[in-house]
Amino acid sequence: MAAYIFRRLLWTVVLLLVITAVIFLIFYVLPSGDPAKLRAGRTPSPETIAAIREQLGLDRSLPAQYWDYIKNLVWHFDFGTSYTNNQSVKSLVFDRLPNTIFLVLGAAVIWFVSGVVIGIVSATRRGTLWDRVLMGGALIAISAPVYWLGLVSLYLFSDDIGVWHVFPGAGSYQDAHGFLAKAHTLILPWLVLAAAFAAIYARLLRSNLLETMSEDYIRTARSKGLSERRVVLRLGVRSAITPVVTVLGLDIGILMGGAILTETVFNIDGVGRLAFDAIQRGDLSTIQGTTLVLAFAVAMMSLLVDILYAFLDPRVRY
Amino acid sequence: MAQPLLEVKDLKVHFETEDGLVQAVDGISYSVDRGQALGIVGESGSGKSVSSMTVMGLTRAGNAKISGSITFDGKDLLNANASEMRNVRGSEIAMIFQDPLSSLHPFYKIGDQLIEAHRSHNDVSKAKARDRAVEMLGLVGIPDPRRRIDGYPHEFSGGMRQRVMIAMALINDPKLLIADEPTTALDVTVQAQILTLIQKLQSELDTAVVMITHDLGVVAEVTEEIAVMYAGRIVEYGKVDTIFSAPEHPYTWGLLKSIPRLDTPRDQELVPIYGRPPSLINKPSGCSFHPRCPYVREAHKKVDPGLEPTGSADAGHKVACLLPGETRRSLWAALRAGETPDAAIEEVPIPETTLSPSAEGHTGEEVTGP
Repeated sequence: MAAYIFRRLLWTVVLLLVITAVIFLIFYVLPSGDPAKLRAGRTPSPETIAAIREQLGLDRSLPAQYWDYIKNLVWHFDFGTSYTNNQSVKSLVFDRLPNTIFLVLGAAVIWFVSGVVIGIVSATRRGTLWDRVLMGGALIAISAPVYWLGLVSLYLFSDDIGVWHVFPGAGSYQDAHGFLAKAHTLILPWLVLAAAFAAIYARLLRSNLLETMSEDYIRTARSKGLSERRVVLRLGVRSAITPVVTVLGLDIGILMGGAILTETVFNIDGVGRLAFDAIQRGDLSTIQGTTLVLAFAVAMMSLLVDILYAFLDPRVRY
Repeated sequence: MAQPLLEVKDLKVHFETEDGLVQAVDGISYSVDRGQALGIVGESGSGKSVSSMTVMGLTRAGNAKISGSITFDGKDLLNANASEMRNVRGSEIAMIFQDPLSSLHPFYKIGDQLIEAHRSHNDVSKAKARDRAVEMLGLVGIPDPRRRIDGYPHEFSGGMRQRVMIAMALINDPKLLIADEPTTALDVTVQAQILTLIQKLQSELDTAVVMITHDLGVVAEVTEEIAVMYAGRIVEYGKVDTIFSAPEHPYTWGLLKSIPRLDTPRDQELVPIYGRPPSLINKPSGCSFHPRCPYVREAHKKVDPGLEPTGSADAGHKVACLLPGETRRSLWAALRAGETPDAAIEEVPIPETTLSPSAEGHTGEEVTGP
């Protein structure tokens, strides 16, 4: 197991290097505006632009720039400086990461629990009104775009512009202090972000559970005289939930790169908004920084999921 | 005579589907005494598994219509409620299944699964249940049970898993064990071991056994009586010896003649039963077996035979066939001598209509020859 984890970590390093190279290439191949020009202000003189180019190191060859970047990253854990405001990308990213983590983990708890519960209810009452209402609702939740759902929920429930003043509105997260106060402002974003995921998880769990319940070992469990409740919750769900856990890990990893839409609608200063702004401004170092966080999170979560899988399914050994 | 342990009377299990009514089990009756072993033989789709799942109360489909009666140890199982049924399942009636590879939960240690079976019916401590599980694993021949109890199912071979299943089924000392094709998924050498084990445990623990199989060889090993099922009905019933030495139903003949045997000449070909098992939605008129029967006569397509005593030395021997008893016995004599069905027909004249009165009563229509 230890050897396996070590190998995976090594691969993760290689993967991250490849990703930085690919982003570098994409950034230079696809014209997104010259960062030096963007930075130089209105009607800059060619000298100013050249000076900025030199300052940012943009005048040097592509491999040289990449080498510098990697050197700083590996030796100093330095993500470079933002092209737009001279701030260290490391501090930009790591200032915002806790906000994204808070948003994503809270939502993940909500969507996982509600998805699993809805899936179980739906599967055990297959074909009934319950099943149809829940699966119909799931379809709506999957189809509704996050920004639309976010805006509608703000319009209905936020305490500033809402029809019913129930939850704190957009932007309140920045002003709140303390864990509970921040959590309170996140209720609406959590629900909005969790909605589609909960629906997908509910459908996934439902179909897994229905399949599991026709397995031979479920028949065996029933023939042992176990209560149906125990058969479903202990034996059925145990099998049906395993693939869902895999998906959960990867989803959390991906969202660590920023829940862009939710963060934007609710004005939460997370990694997603940082990445979004950086892309708009052609801010390569910041794009690199946010992408690395995303890639690292995905790689770590998938490693975590694989390790977890060995505990969930005794047949899996590394 | 004492009441039988399990008495099934005129059991019908029908499923309403979009394509029509599936008559999976269509009026079967049998009984099993304490400590006795009954074999139910038939091909897939003959209703043998459905009937035993119904005895367990596990026919769960919402579209199932069940009628008749199932009496177990004085209890009416068909009208028992869910919790009464749960107390019977796994405690008084236990079951083992065809595929031991998929019948154990892959994520739980076998010990946990055995302990769960024991504790769901007995108010005992975990440690006690574990001791019992170890004892049972030893009894079914798992070597080093104290260590193996912490193994997962995938760490056991198919035969060993079936032993675990048997240990789990017998852990609560059931009065009846239903074995649904317990050896079908196993290697031949392992099959024999499992059958010997079942037989040994049956006599040691005095458990009654219902052995469901498509393999006459399997029931011959273990059981005392055999019910041959075809298309949801029992078509022949009798002691093992009778079924093997003096069978009277053409379907049973077909089953027997399709088994490879060491004591027949090497050049003698096996005789398959031609055709396919009938659809249980649109059953053939008259005798269900008539489309596949080499000895069919016009009248057989109209009259539905009832299960009647043959009058042979085995008082319990019954058959549902419209051929006259004399003819049946002559045909079997010819077949047993190694003749093909075609040759047997040449030799034995088959009369067009000879109907027992009860068979006529079965359909209520009068049949005369052409």
